Amino acid sequence: MVLDHEILIVGAGLAGLRAAVEASETADVAVVSKVLPTRSHSGAAQGGITAALGNEEEDQWEWHFFDTVKGGDYLGDQDVIEIMVKDAPRAIYELEHMGVPFSRTRDGRIAQRNFGGHTKGYGREPVKRACYVADHTGRVVLDTLYDQAIGRHVRFYGECYVLSLVFDDGRCCGVVTYDLATGGLHFLRAKVVLLATGGCGKIYRTTSNGFSTTGEILNLTFKEGIPLQDMEFIQFHPTGLFPLGILVSEAARGEGGILRNDAGEPFMERYAPSIKDLAARDVVSRAILTEVRAGRGIGGKGYVHLDLTHLGERKITEKLWEITSFARIYLGLDAVSQPIPVAPTCHYLMGGIPTDGDGRVRADQTARTVPGLYAAGECACVSIHGANRLGCNSLLDLLVFGRRSGKAMKDEVAGVKTLLTGRDPTKPVRERLAALTDREGPEKAHAIRLEMQIVMTDYGSVFRTEGALRQGIDAILALKERFSRVMVTNRGTSFNYDLMETVELGHQLDLCEVILVSALNRRESRGAHFREDLPQRDDQNYLRHTLAFCATGGPRIAYKPVVLGRFQPAVRAY
Amino acid sequence: MLVRLKVFRFDPEKDGDPYYQDYEVQAEPTDRLLDCLNRIRWEQDPTLAFRMSCGHGVCGSDGMRINGVCGLACQKLVESFGLEVRVEPLPVFPVIKDLVVDLEPFFQRYHSIKPYLIALSSPPGHERRQSPEDIRPLEDAIRCILCACCTSSCPVSQDPQTADYVGPAALVRAFRYLFDSRDESTSERIAMLDRQDRVWGCRTLWKCTEVCPKEIPVTKLIGHIKRRIYETKRESNEGEIRHAPKDEAGNGSWGEDSEG
Repeated sequence: MVLDHEILIVGAGLAGLRAAVEASETADVAVVSKVLPTRSHSGAAQGGITAALGNEEEDQWEWHFFDTVKGGDYLGDQDVIEIMVKDAPRAIYELEHMGVPFSRTRDGRIAQRNFGGHTKGYGREPVKRACYVADHTGRVVLDTLYDQAIGRHVRFYGECYVLSLVFDDGRCCGVVTYDLATGGLHFLRAKVVLLATGGCGKIYRTTSNGFSTTGEILNLTFKEGIPLQDMEFIQFHPTGLFPLGILVSEAARGEGGILRNDAGEPFMERYAPSIKDLAARDVVSRAILTEVRAGRGIGGKGYVHLDLTHLGERKITEKLWEITSFARIYLGLDAVSQPIPVAPTCHYLMGGIPTDGDGRVRADQTARTVPGLYAAGECACVSIHGANRLGCNSLLDLLVFGRRSGKAMKDEVAGVKTLLTGRDPTKPVRERLAALTDREGPEKAHAIRLEMQIVMTDYGSVFRTEGALRQGIDAILALKERFSRVMVTNRGTSFNYDLMETVELGHQLDLCEVILVSALNRRESRGAHFREDLPQRDDQNYLRHTLAFCATGGPRIAYKPVVLGRFQPAVRAY
Repeated sequence: MLVRLKVFRFDPEKDGDPYYQDYEVQAEPTDRLLDCLNRIRWEQDPTLAFRMSCGHGVCGSDGMRINGVCGLACQKLVESFGLEVRVEPLPVFPVIKDLVVDLEPFFQRYHSIKPYLIALSSPPGHERRQSPEDIRPLEDAIRCILCACCTSSCPVSQDPQTADYVGPAALVRAFRYLFDSRDESTSERIAMLDRQDRVWGCRTLWKCTEVCPKEIPVTKLIGHIKRRIYETKRESNEGEIRHAPKDEAGNGSWGEDSEG
């Protein structure tokens, strides 16, 4: 079946929905998602959205600008960071006008809280910059934007997996989807396509990411010859609920929570003497694992304690209801009176599909863009977050660049006629799926996936070395070889998760290789990419973005310069 | 420990009638029911269908009937149900396959109550003011994740005679906008809700409140809508309200004052 829309958005999280709300003012917009609406992983964001509103204390966008640049270890592009931090207050007010029920100050303004790496006076002391709805900000904003999209008659295609991007003479003109309920393939044709599909956290064993965050769209674009930028930068959130890895928001530390080791020592004082527990996430994650390696984890085990017990019941139940409920449901403990066991958990992909400041996908190191194709949100790399994202800058990124993409698409489609491809784009996809389902083989996708997650965790997470990365690449290549003999047992047509998870696994394995090869080639430590064999930052050689291109024999690595500006690289200490 | 799961199966492609299939999986007491279901699908039977996404009670995907009570598979630990558990799809909605139900009617009803802020006056250049007291009444309602456990558990929604009832989840969202100090369509919302298939369909039976995975006092919130309608009509001297609140469970008439 061929279904036509002017604008097609892949992904129903915050970036996709914000773009949909913007574009649907004048254009016909459809959103396709592999899950039902409101199930997207943006809903798991807890802590807030940053903007220098100054509602609680003095704040300036210039300070937000500096913190974001420093937080990203000077790898973020300062032209687009400036766009984002200046636009932040407007983005927040706009959400408020749409109906987001923000927590409030006594005088009725939007309340703000502390968050890691956000400071006043260029690093002098923490500042309250994160606007929030208790500790379920992402879910409430997701619901509000979905409600807005419904009010604007945006069309949703839920539980449809994108299996192919369709190009006509170099221009993206739609996608081929697999309808999970029927097993049918459809060509969703559009004048422009926005990719807003989130990250790929599920390639790691322990992650805060949901089951749907498998990253196949990243690999689909990669296979089309579009580069992936800065893929070695994977954020590990310091406080995943141990052992599940469920996110325990930085808001817990923003509200005054303290990390303690087995001796009860507030150890962050040693690693970040000025802002302690509110240092950037890469710094805190390394600190926790350093404590664990030194045998100072709780009971000598692989976790530390997040202590909220001094905050008082009222603050905890009013402002941290969700994370308190997670501790109670999954560990049977009361966070009001007991510390929460936490350890780093894979959380966020700083890298992704390179775009300009209006979401247009970049084709290479030059200013050339891919006609008809946009990307926004975690799957995109604008690049705002550089080598490490600050907490609460993600939702801001989704809103600002989701909206800008929606605006640019709306303007563009006015002058584009629908492109008709002469061929049937579902045919090659059908053949690929048939090759998978017809194959008999000894390998099971589940076993390979589990091994992939262990390989990535062992060789490509918080601490990296050349030797480990090489071992990791070899192991992933061996798994790719085994994947060629994988067998899909379920041959049914309705809700065949077995088939879709196998397709996802193929993409995940390719992404693992891109991540490890990008990490191997970056011979320095910067932000979330920490090389124990090369612990210093090397601005001389690596103050530049990695671009990985698809090539025979493995990813080809190229580089492009970082856009500097107001802030020159300096020592990064907290 | 070895856990036995009795799972509802139905594949319209090949089954005339649904049936139950027994599975056994090794599990820790602290494993989630969702972990057990995944283990079945990944290691034993890849044809088993169920929805999931976030795995920690935020996305609302994995609502199902667990030992007869609707809940989220990612929130139920093995230790809470012991060695044997019966797993079935959410009632009320048509089964598509196994534990997957068609939620289209759920979302359609949700959309029918205009679940978005209606503000007619143009907004200021900054935020509208709302005090913490203005926000407090909404705090429970905005925890809703649209998992459909409440609506599936509601005896009114389950009864084919009253199947057009909009259901508690839609009413929770209606509450969230009706009681938002920024919304400017109160009279339209009240007219929209003042119907037998909307708020007066609720018979204060408390099942929604009992099952809500986010601990929302659903029945109380619906009771507040009823009272708001009643008081608005009394003030406007409209006389008799069309649908008197029913109280079959013997609780407070509005569902506001009793825990049931």
